[in-house]
Amino acid sequence: MSSGPRFDMDYFLELAIGGLTRGSIYALIALGYTMVYGIIELINFAHGEIYMIGAFTALIVASVLTMNGMTGVSVLILASVVAVLYAAAYGFTVEKIAYKPLRQAPRLSPLISAIGMSIFLQNYVLIAQTSDFLPFPNLLPVLPFMEPYSHIMGSTELIIVLTTALATAALTFFIKFTKLGKAMRATAQDRHMAMLVGVNVNRVISNTFIVGSALAAIGGVLIASHIGRINFSIGFITGIKAFTAAVLGGIGSIPGAVLGGLVLGWTESFATGYVSSDYEDVFAFCLLVLILIFRPAGILGRSSVQKV
Amino acid sequence: MDSVLTVNSLTMNFGGLRAIDSVDLEVRQEQIVALIGPNGSGKTTFSNCLTGIYEPTEGDIFISPTPGGRRRINGIKINRIAEMGIARTFQNIRLFSNMTVLENVMIGRHCRAKAGVLGAVLRGRKTRREEQEIVDRSYEILVRTGLADQADEPAKNLPYGAQRRLEIARALATEPFLLLLDEPAAGMNPRETDELEELIVRIRDEAKISILMIEHDMRMVMSLSNRIIVLDYGEKIAEGTAAQIWENPDVIKAYLGEDFHGDA
Repeated sequence: MSSGPRFDMDYFLELAIGGLTRGSIYALIALGYTMVYGIIELINFAHGEIYMIGAFTALIVASVLTMNGMTGVSVLILASVVAVLYAAAYGFTVEKIAYKPLRQAPRLSPLISAIGMSIFLQNYVLIAQTSDFLPFPNLLPVLPFMEPYSHIMGSTELIIVLTTALATAALTFFIKFTKLGKAMRATAQDRHMAMLVGVNVNRVISNTFIVGSALAAIGGVLIASHIGRINFSIGFITGIKAFTAAVLGGIGSIPGAVLGGLVLGWTESFATGYVSSDYEDVFAFCLLVLILIFRPAGILGRSSVQKV
Repeated sequence: MDSVLTVNSLTMNFGGLRAIDSVDLEVRQEQIVALIGPNGSGKTTFSNCLTGIYEPTEGDIFISPTPGGRRRINGIKINRIAEMGIARTFQNIRLFSNMTVLENVMIGRHCRAKAGVLGAVLRGRKTRREEQEIVDRSYEILVRTGLADQADEPAKNLPYGAQRRLEIARALATEPFLLLLDEPAAGMNPRETDELEELIVRIRDEAKISILMIEHDMRMVMSLSNRIIVLDYGEKIAEGTAAQIWENPDVIKAYLGEDFHGDA
């Protein structure tokens, strides 16, 4: 007989921090879904695979560096940089191959194309690598000052949460103040009009995919370090969860993606902690169903006006 | 005077429907040319052909942004045509309504800026200087169009007349040689129309921009236009000065109605 859930404060905090960590990673990946949806109204189902490819790239780079005797933070930084660049190249290419030729097609066509891309990339990695789970070294450094709190929050959790906060802040700044960010907002509101004032919309869309994929790669490195193993299919379930987070928060909205990620992370964490770990996914998707019934546009989404 | 826009026998078919039938048109430097005609006569289709939204079925569109430089622009991408110097406003307002007034104009400067993505990320001195220049130039345009006080307001909060002026300001920001105004006075009260007229004349005289205007407000068309072209069912039925159009019986019949002079 199990003794049932504990109800003390430490346990609550542990679950809260666990949910925050998990939610942060969902948020990082959800940002890519929400940005792409905001601009071309496409659910990029291959986004989860981009995150998986980021994690694999980091693993390969880290293994090579470690074999050559490199250790410490430099491995993390180099592996992350290569993963980000590689994933961004994949995101860029996927858009050019699978979505750009279908820009004028009915909305269902690019969606099917996205699902096809997702299946293709999974199988490509399955053949090129292996179907087994591969151990992923924890690349994140251990911070000595977190030692006394390690029963509630370890260094890994802290680094994940801080990285997400930093990445979200940088993205917000980028979209609000830079030239390209303004072009993105203009394209999201009225693609035709943006072209008429001279915005190169194709380039804006490419850049959106690049930025979203780079964020997914960062998420890939973080989550792989946290969980400690990866295989070709990790992109699928995490992708679905991150997509759920984007819809929860209100797809198309950047603060919405972050909020949705956190709400989803906490729901899963508390549900598994206090009820049962067998029903983790059930709770996540029940939450989605409830939100869609009572707030179809998501927590922060505006009730959608169909664009002409 | 040199012509900045020459359209030769432009035809546009949509399936079996001929929306524009072999229309010629010329706009010369610093002229205001008006395109008029009843609803559904093909005016908006015509301007969509000029800005690259439609590719004409037949005919040629030539532009001369600089004297002597002549170029055919049929089928060129919309944003490239904007870069070449044709800007337009819309019959129904199409501002980026969630962005501020200043940002709307800054977007228009976009195609004149050189710094790329890398510049935007690294934010070197050159990029920052260029961004400052974009802000300064955009603000200057807002001053000229009388919108400087509302620079930081979201565009959707502006009163109607000001939103129409902002559309013109955004178009000016792309530094066009030719400005296409699609019913700029639609829905305006007489005072706003007067201000608009004054603005259009100033754009032509100070910024040296030629203007092609689609308009229903006859008073404005008559007082501003150097030349007027009348379309009916996609065909050009008359062309001339305000006085000539005013006298043309075909025009009166097709467009103004049989009794127009009696009513006015």
